[in-house]
Amino acid sequence: MIKRILSRSYLGVLLIMLYAPILIIIIFSFTESKVLGNWTGFSFKLYTSIFKSGVHHSLSNALWNTLIIGLISAFASMILGTMASIGIYNLRPRARKTVQLLNTIPILNPDIITAISLFLLFISLGFSQGYTTVILAHITFCTPYVVLSVLPRLRRMNENLYEAALDLGATPFYALRKIMLPELKPGMISGFILAFTLSIDDFVVTLFTIGNQGLETLSTYIYADARKGGLTPELRPLSAIIFITVLVLLLFINQRSVKKKR
Amino acid sequence: MRRNWSIPYLLFLTFFVLIPLGLIVYYAFTSHDGTFTLTNFRKFWMHPEAMNTFIFSIGIALITTVLCLILGYPAAYILSRMESRKAQILVLLFILPMWVNFLIRTLATVALFDFLSLPLGKGSLIFGMVYNFLPFMIYPIYNILQKTDSNLIEAAQDLGANPRQVFLKTILPLSAPGISSGIMMVFMPVISTFAIAELLTINNIKLFGTTLQENIYNGMWNYGAALSLVMLLLIGLTSLLNSEGTTNDSAEGGLI
Repeated sequence: MIKRILSRSYLGVLLIMLYAPILIIIIFSFTESKVLGNWTGFSFKLYTSIFKSGVHHSLSNALWNTLIIGLISAFASMILGTMASIGIYNLRPRARKTVQLLNTIPILNPDIITAISLFLLFISLGFSQGYTTVILAHITFCTPYVVLSVLPRLRRMNENLYEAALDLGATPFYALRKIMLPELKPGMISGFILAFTLSIDDFVVTLFTIGNQGLETLSTYIYADARKGGLTPELRPLSAIIFITVLVLLLFINQRSVKKKR
Repeated sequence: MRRNWSIPYLLFLTFFVLIPLGLIVYYAFTSHDGTFTLTNFRKFWMHPEAMNTFIFSIGIALITTVLCLILGYPAAYILSRMESRKAQILVLLFILPMWVNFLIRTLATVALFDFLSLPLGKGSLIFGMVYNFLPFMIYPIYNILQKTDSNLIEAAQDLGANPRQVFLKTILPLSAPGISSGIMMVFMPVISTFAIAELLTINNIKLFGTTLQENIYNGMWNYGAALSLVMLLLIGLTSLLNSEGTTNDSAEGGLI
């Protein structure tokens, strides 16, 4: 009994430590004060001011850029990664091992190494850095995760189904669409979600490939902001909203999968 | 036929992963005008500042990793002994903070220290690092502990092992692969982290990642590439040592 209480309270203390900073952000999103940690009375003003256009033009721009870059790179990674997985699955064992090893390089590489290596690539080629380079860079570190989530689905798939469809007169494209894709879909979706979250959370690779044409994503915006000394107050309600949305979504998904298992 | 489908990705990997890594090596071993040279590495050896930052960063990464292991292992163990539904939700709660942008989380840590009027410095740096990377330690260890066969633990108990022996001789060795991947997932990002340290110490403490970034930003591409290569070597070495440990352990696990 005592053991139980002790172990529960240990987890509790750790969770409090993990959540204290986030709680502070949420609490101080309800006050107007410019500085985080300074309470100047309860107010919803910051929440309304994010949605007012024109007030913080650069912040909403950065938010849009983040979402667009995230969606495009996640989508491209999903397509490239799924095709690659189908190819890898059909390779001879030796070649398959080599490609799978290559696939883990971007995962094992620290952010900053990926960032510097791509920076050197774009510099050597004389690419002007901007939207395209950021998206290419994001596809580079996202696709391996798509491959990792699609390949296991392929392994579990019944090969004969695809062959049977072909024997029954389906064209390869039709068989792909009707047999293969439905099987791979869960893997593709989780790959997409993973790629999207990696992309919107990325800071280091983005910073090195974004160029100096004034393009900003949320994380480079926050970084520039923090270096100037202090966050734009509107970032507090914004992070609070993002956090609560993710919390609700994840709990919902979790609850659903628990129910399904039963 | 369908194996050709991997070709676009192979081309992509070659162009955006292999060639860029090759470029780091190329830049590291050449001077500004493209001739072969070792000056970049000599500069690293001779330059106490970069060297000191390098060693200091390794130290911080080691401390963070050890603290994460000490704090994370008991948590993972407790979670793995809970009934699975509750554990699932709690594990989710431990991973959830990762969904807030790490820069915002770091700044919130700064605010927390301000709020409690604690000084910013080495203490806040290590707290911030542990705070940022603890979930990466808990998750893999929990995963492996949850999968361990409880019959093995019961067998150890039946054969007369006391709780301490059960833990040291059965549970700990069985969870070694989880510990090892947890160590990798904490040590590697900490060693290469950049921006967290400046924000947590108001630019007082610099880690190696920042040294890399500063050199690249100031146009010292060759020197920056050489420093990147040093970091790559360190990481390659760590993962090599680590993977050796894991394969041995999992081989033992396989025997059982």
